[in-house]
Amino acid sequence: MRRYLIRRLGQALLVLWAAYSLSFALLSALPGDAISNRIASPDSGLTAESGAVLLRYYGLDQPLWEQYLRGIARAARGDLGLSLHTAQPVQDLLADTLPSTLALTGLALMVGILLAAVIALAVNYLPSARLRGLFAGAPSLFASVPTFVVGILALQYLSFTAGLIPSVDDGSLTALLAPAVTLGLVIAAPLAQVFGASIRTTRSQPFVHVLHAKGAGEGYIFRKDVFRNSSLPVLTLLGLAFGELIAGSVVTESVFARDGVGNLVVGAVNTQDLPVVQGVVLLSTTTYVLVNLAVDVACPFIDPRVLVGVTS
Amino acid sequence: MTLIAEAEAETRTAPPRRSRRPLGDAGVYLAALVVAVALLWAVAPNLFTSADPLAVQPALRFRPPSADHWFGTDQLGRDLYTRVVYGARASLTGAGVAVALAVLVGAILGTVAGWFGGVTDSVIGRAIDVVLSIPGFLFAITIVVLLGFGVLQAAVAVGLTSSATFARLIRSEVLKARSSNYVEAAITSGASTFAILRRHVLPNSFTATLALITVQFGIAIIWIASLSFLGLGAQPPQPEWGLLVSDGRNYIASRGWLTLWPGLTVVAVVLATNHLSHHLGRRRTP
Repeated sequence: MRRYLIRRLGQALLVLWAAYSLSFALLSALPGDAISNRIASPDSGLTAESGAVLLRYYGLDQPLWEQYLRGIARAARGDLGLSLHTAQPVQDLLADTLPSTLALTGLALMVGILLAAVIALAVNYLPSARLRGLFAGAPSLFASVPTFVVGILALQYLSFTAGLIPSVDDGSLTALLAPAVTLGLVIAAPLAQVFGASIRTTRSQPFVHVLHAKGAGEGYIFRKDVFRNSSLPVLTLLGLAFGELIAGSVVTESVFARDGVGNLVVGAVNTQDLPVVQGVVLLSTTTYVLVNLAVDVACPFIDPRVLVGVTS
Repeated sequence: MTLIAEAEAETRTAPPRRSRRPLGDAGVYLAALVVAVALLWAVAPNLFTSADPLAVQPALRFRPPSADHWFGTDQLGRDLYTRVVYGARASLTGAGVAVALAVLVGAILGTVAGWFGGVTDSVIGRAIDVVLSIPGFLFAITIVVLLGFGVLQAAVAVGLTSSATFARLIRSEVLKARSSNYVEAAITSGASTFAILRRHVLPNSFTATLALITVQFGIAIIWIASLSFLGLGAQPPQPEWGLLVSDGRNYIASRGWLTLWPGLTVVAVVLATNHLSHHLGRRRTP
């Protein structure tokens, strides 16, 4: 187990290093940055000397490889550089916007899991075949509706027509609920599909038939046997679905005008604020990698059989 | 959003529960109809509307949907139905370019990695892993920073991002074929590597790739529309579905049709694409 963990941690660090290098390479291929553009524009009022001072301040006068090495050494210490637009440290900008995004994605995750569980149970346990078929269609519907459409229509009908929820983020739970449900739908689709299929596979196994033969009820079998046996694929998928949650939060925050990391990155793209874009990419990759690492670590606790191939 | 593909692949292995689905066929025909209409919109929009998608008519601002203006008119008096029809070209061409690029890059990387193995495979394999562990949408946004704003740029960004998924799939298909008897036989009989890849290996990975293509097409439509919605894709006044929804968001309090109709169009087309892809997947694995 320990060796497994160390190897996975090493892989995670490798991915982070590669993500940093990749985003650095992509962004440094750009023919100019916000600062150079500002200096070059004739109405900036900057002299050549003050332009040089600015470039030195942001470290943009150094050769690329030196910028890269310094950047990576600083990033390892949690220093992500300065925003080219506001001159604030990128990690401060992230720290300011992160709580809003965490609240949104956290609640969305719960909504998504809950919704997926309801659909998966309904697809497998509802008595009427017609109702089961109705729920079976839900995941593909959710997967086909773009987040921005759900969000805009929710805002339009729930907020402006029905007046049920506030149209701007006033910090209340009701203001958070609509964006969270919007975002929750994104991950509910794949989770429901896999959980539903997994329950079906488990229920068709011989030991479940034996339990039935011994007279155990459906509810008892589900709680004691089926649930744990069919939750492993869901957990693995949950780690992967986290990437979709991050992507969806960018769109959702834009729709509901929430000051989160997603809106930060969209603004940074519009102003060519490269350090901020890179900071957000690094933060979300770190989160994504850590979540998947946590899932990998948690898997053996749910199903010890997954360790058989690893340790031997 | 490659997850849906994985989720689908996982559900596909399960045996079909019901063999007879009277409504299933009707659904497939309906989906095919929706996709066909959308494709025709993209190819020949002037067959479906005689209006000009860019013609500004201040006298006709904010007309609600009617017999003359099916989807209403926008803040500049442009006919929304016409803009949705012309928007199909940007959205569908974008998705087509994205998927084509993803298949091309993915096929080259996957074939090279799977066929030559060894160090080549390790390097490409690691690179694929890295790209897949960066949240895809953010990776696409980073490429957009580099390329600038536009439908084509957004399409290239989405295509490069999803090429990793194709590369992984094609690599595993090539590996499978490489260890098969018929490829061994072809090698022994002295066929050139290129001929073996072209005649034996790639055709055998075609079906699996096709299933992923149909899934990725729907995803590409959503991603490109989402990028345009964020202002990072198509730029005004070009009609594009995501941008149309975004244009309408300033008026959602009173002019709901401006967001409703373009939004429902995206949903209908993606739903139809996904339904067709699901149907093809089911037919592939009896």
